[in-house]
Amino acid sequence: MRHIISMLLENEPGALSRVVGLFSQRNFNIETLNVAPTDDPTLSRLTVTTHGDERIIEQITKHLNRLIDVVKLVDLTEGAHIERELMLVKVKAQGSARDEVKRTADIFRAQIVDVTPSVYTVQITGDANKMDAFLQAVTPLGVLEVARTGVSGIARGDKVLSL
Amino acid sequence: MIARFLRDEGVEYIYGYPGGAALHIYDALFRQDDIKHILVRHEQAATHMADGYARASGKPGVVLVTSGPGATNAVTGIATAYMDSIPMVVLCGQVASHLIGEDAFQETDIVGVTRPIVKHSFSIRHPSDIPTVLKKAFYIASSGRPGPVVIDIPKDMTAPTERYEYVYPRKVKLRSYNPVSRGHTGQIRKAVELMMSARRPVIFAGGGVITGRASEALTALAHRLNIPVITSLMGLGAFPQNDPQSLGWPGMHGSYESNMAMHHSDLVLGVGVRFDDRVTNNVNRFCPDARIVHIDVDPSSISKTVHADVPIVGAADHVLNEMLNQIGQRTEAQEPLDEWWETINAWRDERRGKLYEPAAAGEPLKPQQVVEAVHRATHGDAYVVTDVGQHQMFAAQYYRFNQPNRWISSSGLGTMGYGLPAAMGIKLSYPDEHVVLFTGEGSFQMMMQELSTCKQFGIPVKIVNLNNASLGMVRQWQDLNYKSRHAHSYMESLPDFEKLIGAYGFKAITVNTADELEPALEEAFRSKDELVFLDIHVDPREHVYPMQVPQGAMCDMLLSKTERT
Ligand SMILES: Cc1ncc(C[n+]2csc(CCOP(=O)(O)OP(=O)(O)O)c2C)c(N)n1
Ligand SMILES: [Mg+2]
Repeated sequence: MRHIISMLLENEPGALSRVVGLFSQRNFNIETLNVAPTDDPTLSRLTVTTHGDERIIEQITKHLNRLIDVVKLVDLTEGAHIERELMLVKVKAQGSARDEVKRTADIFRAQIVDVTPSVYTVQITGDANKMDAFLQAVTPLGVLEVARTGVSGIARGDKVLSL
Repeated sequence: MIARFLRDEGVEYIYGYPGGAALHIYDALFRQDDIKHILVRHEQAATHMADGYARASGKPGVVLVTSGPGATNAVTGIATAYMDSIPMVVLCGQVASHLIGEDAFQETDIVGVTRPIVKHSFSIRHPSDIPTVLKKAFYIASSGRPGPVVIDIPKDMTAPTERYEYVYPRKVKLRSYNPVSRGHTGQIRKAVELMMSARRPVIFAGGGVITGRASEALTALAHRLNIPVITSLMGLGAFPQNDPQSLGWPGMHGSYESNMAMHHSDLVLGVGVRFDDRVTNNVNRFCPDARIVHIDVDPSSISKTVHADVPIVGAADHVLNEMLNQIGQRTEAQEPLDEWWETINAWRDERRGKLYEPAAAGEPLKPQQVVEAVHRATHGDAYVVTDVGQHQMFAAQYYRFNQPNRWISSSGLGTMGYGLPAAMGIKLSYPDEHVVLFTGEGSFQMMMQELSTCKQFGIPVKIVNLNNASLGMVRQWQDLNYKSRHAHSYMESLPDFEKLIGAYGFKAITVNTADELEPALEEAFRSKDELVFLDIHVDPREHVYPMQVPQGAMCDMLLSKTERT
């Protein structure tokens, strides 16, 4: 099963490498990884998506919790949650394809954020499925470059991940 | 600041080797008398000395090395300590802050290199941080599930241009690190219910019982319920082996009765063990009828290899005492264990007197009988240190341990060369005790330069070289799995050990046949103040048995060259 694990990490040098190193050292897989500052300057928030059966996910969360730099951790997939990713895609946009890209972007409620005579740069947000579906739709038109942020997420309702 | 902190932290010895990036620290050590620095001959030895000291005393060992090669030489010792959860603080010099990242002379990213083999690491960013960082390091290294902590100290941090006030931090708090101690009462109740109703229970106690100083509670619990006790190799001595309830240790070369009992049990109470593959054999065939209760301070140890039916996160001491407490309050009777004990005693009888054949007077000795003789010569209460190989297994099998912290051996990593420095670390702090090293001619040659350290600081360990002129354990595997093709397991060109040891001014005695053993031991163990090296030529064809059959269950064992279960 796919899991989204989010954690608050000490904003210390080396903290990120400990998390990433743990995954390779213990043979756990990382599908996406996203790290950014939080409202508290001493903490960053890190979100990974990973695959594994229950036993593996239990091991992953236990080992992550064991890292001194990991302050708090939650497996978002255990409850209702919101998952978002942002993707920027450069698509060929010449001739009839130019309209086609625009139409597809509209259907996905994506925005065209940069334009040249031959290329549209499209920005799209949503969950991973939506990203994949959009990419599939525009691939025949000629995808030139893809930049994805990796998944970020938050629990629904009153539950918060904070100190 | 570092020297003052170490004094205030109560550190008596530090083991190390100087070099450019550590020179300010060495200068500070020179100008004080509280902490004694032991100059080793290779940084790996410094880490093993600290490790030996830590295993015997339960307190963290402290190492000081310089940057680059000094730090990389320490890596094997850090990994050894990590695998066996041994508290250690390693201070590494580093090039000055402004040079970091420029491939400066003797620059190595030691925090990066050691990341997978430390409990945690720090880099000092400001001189005023030194006392708190060191305090955190000692706290992390020695609390919860202990382990090594590396501190990277850029040279400019130890020669600040300004002066900073030093205050010893009595306590530190880390918001993200709070090791649990109390176990969950409800989980403990479930475990107790299982223990009262089990018909074939065993206790399986590991290094966590020794680290957690829970031997007494364990012994009380075992006696209270009359449950047989098996200890892991790391747990040797956690339960007295002269107690009739002791079945020894299990696993690849474990005792017949312990492997049989564990395999046939209906309840395993694991305490501070990690169910590693050298114990379980094929995990899919591990203890088919048993429920598993697993107590450990480290949640990530639980259900890592073997699924725990009742996981209990907590310190062994607390959890075991709480069990005793709850048992005291219960009214219903425990299931009788007479039948179980009959079965176990039958297993014991099966192998009694059949473990090996001692050599007669004029013959070359069997390694097993040497260990038994050393046990007698030291009245069974020496600190026993080993290297890695057949001699290690023989020592574990035939030196019987009745106290915790007396069996000192690299179990998880299996580091050849560990023994001599570890023994030295112990002898320094326990000068009035016998510290015996069982080694092999292969392992000994990996760290024998430390004889020079023994000479400089007067460290009189006793060295028993079980010399089989071969990398015996490798040879055994080649005999069993490679049709006796002995690829590079034979040690040609061994040194003349008497001359070698003599070169350092120490006494060496060569023993060729069985009748020479007792007089040699008598001479060697007469005093506790003299380093003696016994070069004992033992039968090189001897194998370690029992030996679990690869991919089998725990109870599938070779019992000798001709018998199997
Ligand atoms: C540093 C290191 N290298 C290699 C090994 C693999 N190894 C395990 S036992 C052994 C042989 C040890 O020989 P010796 O010290 O003579 O002990 P014996 O088995 O003969 O008693 C070897 C090479 C190891 N454990 N450690
Ligand atoms: Mg040998």
